[in-house]
Amino acid sequence: MASVSRFSLPLRRLRCSSATSQKTSRLRPAAQVRWTTASTEPHQADKSGGTKGASAPAKVVKFTSETYPELKRDSKYSQITPEHVRFFQELLGSGSAVIDGLSTDATDDIEPFNSDWMRKYRGHSKVVLKPGSTEEVSKILKYCNNNMLAVVPQGGNTGLVGGSVPVFDEIVINLQRMTNIRSFDEVSGILVADAGVVLEIADNFLAEKNHIFPLDLGAKGSCQIGGNVATNAGGLRLLRYGSLHGNVLGIEAVLPDGTIVDDLIKLRKNNTGYDIKQLFIGGEGTIGIITAISILCPQRSSALNVAYFGLESYEKCQQAFREAKSQLSEILSAFELMDGRSQKLLNRATGRKLPLEGEHPFYCLIETSGSNSDHDSEKLTNFLEHVMESEIVSDGVLAQDQTQIRDLWSCREGIPECLGHWGGVYKYDLSIPISSMYEIVNDVRDRMTEAGLIGDDDAHPVVDVVGYGHMGDSNVHLNIPVRRYDKKVEKALEPFVYEWVQGKYGSISAEHGLGIQKKPYIGYSRSDTMIKLMKQIKDLYDPNGIMNPYKYL
Amino acid sequence: MSGLRILVPIKRVIDYAVKPRVNRAQTAVETANVKHSMNPFDELSIEEAVRLRERKVPVEEIVAFSAGPPKAQDVLRTAMAMGADRGIHVVVEESEQLEPLGVAKLLQQVVGQEKSNLVILGKQSIDDDANQTGQVLAGLLNWPQATQASKVTIEGDSVTVTREVDGGVETLRAKLPLIITTDLRLNEPRYASLPNIMKAKKKPLAKKTLKDYEGDFSARLKTLKVTEPPPRKGGVKVDDVDGMIGKLKELGAL
Ligand SMILES: Cc1cc2nc3c(=O)[nH]c(=O)nc-3n(C[C@H](O)[C@H](O)[C@H](O)COP(=O)(O)OP(=O)(O)OC[C@H]3O[C@@H](n4cnc5c(N)ncnc54)[C@H](O)[C@@H]3O)c2cc1C
Repeated sequence: MASVSRFSLPLRRLRCSSATSQKTSRLRPAAQVRWTTASTEPHQADKSGGTKGASAPAKVVKFTSETYPELKRDSKYSQITPEHVRFFQELLGSGSAVIDGLSTDATDDIEPFNSDWMRKYRGHSKVVLKPGSTEEVSKILKYCNNNMLAVVPQGGNTGLVGGSVPVFDEIVINLQRMTNIRSFDEVSGILVADAGVVLEIADNFLAEKNHIFPLDLGAKGSCQIGGNVATNAGGLRLLRYGSLHGNVLGIEAVLPDGTIVDDLIKLRKNNTGYDIKQLFIGGEGTIGIITAISILCPQRSSALNVAYFGLESYEKCQQAFREAKSQLSEILSAFELMDGRSQKLLNRATGRKLPLEGEHPFYCLIETSGSNSDHDSEKLTNFLEHVMESEIVSDGVLAQDQTQIRDLWSCREGIPECLGHWGGVYKYDLSIPISSMYEIVNDVRDRMTEAGLIGDDDAHPVVDVVGYGHMGDSNVHLNIPVRRYDKKVEKALEPFVYEWVQGKYGSISAEHGLGIQKKPYIGYSRSDTMIKLMKQIKDLYDPNGIMNPYKYL
Repeated sequence: MSGLRILVPIKRVIDYAVKPRVNRAQTAVETANVKHSMNPFDELSIEEAVRLRERKVPVEEIVAFSAGPPKAQDVLRTAMAMGADRGIHVVVEESEQLEPLGVAKLLQQVVGQEKSNLVILGKQSIDDDANQTGQVLAGLLNWPQATQASKVTIEGDSVTVTREVDGGVETLRAKLPLIITTDLRLNEPRYASLPNIMKAKKKPLAKKTLKDYEGDFSARLKTLKVTEPPPRKGGVKVDDVDGMIGKLKELGAL
């Protein structure tokens, strides 16, 4: 199945994301680098993967239009013609910049742009464009706008709400050819770069200069910084460096009518008028295409420590978090939660050995980063002694070298990928007040059990219900790994999850955005007034509605 | 025989995930403000010693030893957290860098004092890549040596060591006392657990200096110059298949 093998390409990149993994495998016994060399393909069955019973067949992703027959193509958009394609080919010149599925059979080439990372959404697009400059983006959009051609801006296509792939025949505009790092100021730490730069490449570039990209996430080997800004990604270090709404200083973007928004400012302070760039941060490609960003990057910490704990209850996780904040204060850079089930599935899907002997209901990972390793070690040691002696944590390990640091992080970062192992995942990314953050996972699990949907064999669609996430930000990822996408499961989940979150005054989408998945549910987290104001903005910048239709609002 | 008295020499080196940089004067690798940790081969040595004990081989004592700067005590604590019973730290200042022969001379005396009958060393340290200390020590002690071990079994005073050689494996047997050097596939080192890190703090760590040992430890080699490998030439991106074929032809690959 060509589509499957093609699709695995970006995923492999994702897994081998660490630049030094080659070195790791050279120096480590093979068993320890299983994570980077595992042959199991996420979202795809693997008979040897340790799943008990039959494994799910590796099937083609279902079309979004079949899964959701109530979605209808809006007839106001033109059908794409060979003439349109010819225009794009002339504009973009180079053969590889246009994938033409209209006059040629390019199904295999287009497939990776049509289906999303979760293998849950799949569009019918016939044309993919890869502009190489802001001017080209501008000319493309202007032409599409004049000809009523709908488009989908696409970065690394790692988005988790179906926002980055077409629903019907929208043209995909992928930024992978825009990869210039335009400038970096070593004094101020301000980086200016094209939207298509892959996050990990940007971060490696900054590492050479002793700086760090203020965002890090599991998809760093594939996602693009423009996509990160378009989704206002939160990630693993938000606790320390804050949100992109604060760190992004300037944006260059193109509006549907071709206007280039030239706001690529390199200033921390600039109180001259409305801050329009904020609309693009988290705008998910609905009002324009981001072509470049300027972003404030902090100094990279020279002293890094990572510890991984086992804890007996969620109550204890909260205590550990409080202690970490009070004792580690300014050096605490991440506090992540993983429930025992998520770690067990990681072990089952990848075969990797977990760091702790024995099983614990909860695990936490903490990272400290600072500039003075003696100072940090002393603080950390005091903290660790305290949480051990007061029995807040039941067991734990402290990474002794860089490789162990990476291995411990992969226990957290590897979760999203491994959960797709059985066929698919239902993902909810929720902001919930910290005291009741984990209750939702238990409640959903109970619900699945009562409905008889969860079990060990193929008769049950649901493999398990797990929770993990950025505890430091009160952000839990409720994930339901399944053997197949199933309407019964979806009915049991929605609107239940959203109502539950609304009842706690939480957010139904903490960091992944709305896309197609959450569009119908925005009302659970925003008032009618707010939604009306948002619609006005959409209509103002994209009056023809060609930008990423059927999604967001 | 009463039991094994294992000596495990370990070294603090630049963390192997860190890319080393040559200093401006091109005399050495930059070490200030660079993450250091235990030489990865030495982790395998400690792990193997601890596993021997866990496998109920009669192990009387596991002593970790390091000659190095004051900070070398961090890796000794790690070794004790992994299961070594105590540590010996010979504090060596930056100015008095030891060569493998010097280290082996120190170890020869430590073996005598500690009545060790098994020394497990890493096959090399990843900073100097000398791959000599174990062999020189075997020479000085006139003990048998089994280098680059990928498997070790002990019954009574008979030790069987499997080592990986080009295209296969070689199995050796020797009687104690013995020198073993470790290779990558020997085992998978454990994490230092928090309770063991706490306990390690209370384990004895003896501090010594070179003056506590006899002999000449001065260096016999002088480093003239250290340079980085030439930078890799960046690749080029081709636009399409035709471009790729053209390029391959140009390079003579087709
Ligand atoms: C393993 C994994 C871990 C993840 N972890 C996190 C996490 O910790 N925190 C978090 O917040 N998210 C996380 N995500 C999801 C996250 O949103 C994306 O990974 C990333 O931010 C999207 O970047 P991308 O380049 O892949 O964008 P895409 O997926 O291609 O696009 C995402 C959205 O942005 C739009 N878009 C993309 N590029 C542009 C552009 N240049 N201009 C305008 N619109 C654009 C698209 O139309 C789409 O709506 C994770 C995803 C994966 C697969």
